[in-house]
Amino acid sequence: MIELAHFQLLSAGLFCVGLYGVLARRSAVLILMSIELMLNAVNINLIGYAAFVKATEAHRALGQVLVVFVITVAAAELALAIAIILRLYRNRTSVNLDEIDLMKW
Amino acid sequence: MLAPSVVLFYVAAALTIGGGLGVVMTRNIVYAALALLVSLMGVAGVFLLAFAEFLALVQVLIYGGAIIIVFLFALMLTRIEDFAHLSDHRQWPIAAVLAVATFGLLAAAVVETNVRTETERQGVEFARLGETLFAEWAVPFEVASLLLLVALIGAVVLVRSDGGRD
Repeated sequence: MIELAHFQLLSAGLFCVGLYGVLARRSAVLILMSIELMLNAVNINLIGYAAFVKATEAHRALGQVLVVFVITVAAAELALAIAIILRLYRNRTSVNLDEIDLMKW
Repeated sequence: MLAPSVVLFYVAAALTIGGGLGVVMTRNIVYAALALLVSLMGVAGVFLLAFAEFLALVQVLIYGGAIIIVFLFALMLTRIEDFAHLSDHRQWPIAAVLAVATFGLLAAAVVETNVRTETERQGVEFARLGETLFAEWAVPFEVASLLLLVALIGAVVLVRSDGGRD
């Protein structure tokens, strides 16, 4: 029998994998991928609650609607971030974040 | 004897976590993009097991069809040879400790918290989902579409090589 805790633990695990990726990687593209992992971890949590929580169907639908918005905002964020990375690559020929230290004193 | 749904859940979870580990561990960035695809398809499987069929479909279409392609295009437009041997930031041991500690904290919170739940998972009907999204949440939906439009125009303006002042 699948329980809510399964979804929550999977979500926590995926979130922490993404967290490690954000903190440990140098390439901006890989950090973006790790952020996608973290957003998906949040989605798993929302979907888990939408399936299990004791509420009317109208309220449980809200969980799924929120996931639709998370996916939309993630897509918008990704398009802009890729554009910024391409711009950065054209100006600095590097996308390693520890080499982008123009504004660091 | 495990129920089939539990076995399927573990398979989907293993794909998700395994793909995620592939993204953060591999040295080749193209493999990382493909591992991300595996992970996101695992997430689609998890959505199916929670009876969120519409979102599983959206996940496959948007992530599998669009986002991975955008990543691969970004890798193609920046020079890909530079990425064949990635090196991690030197702070990676701290990152590993922090990630494991965060997981411990979240897992403890999950185990300790009692949520009033149904014993059996239930889906949401397509019609109900559409009604909620397009009637009750119509204004946020329109704002989201505006956000997408602005983001895409912004992306075009940013990458245009000769336009505007730098």
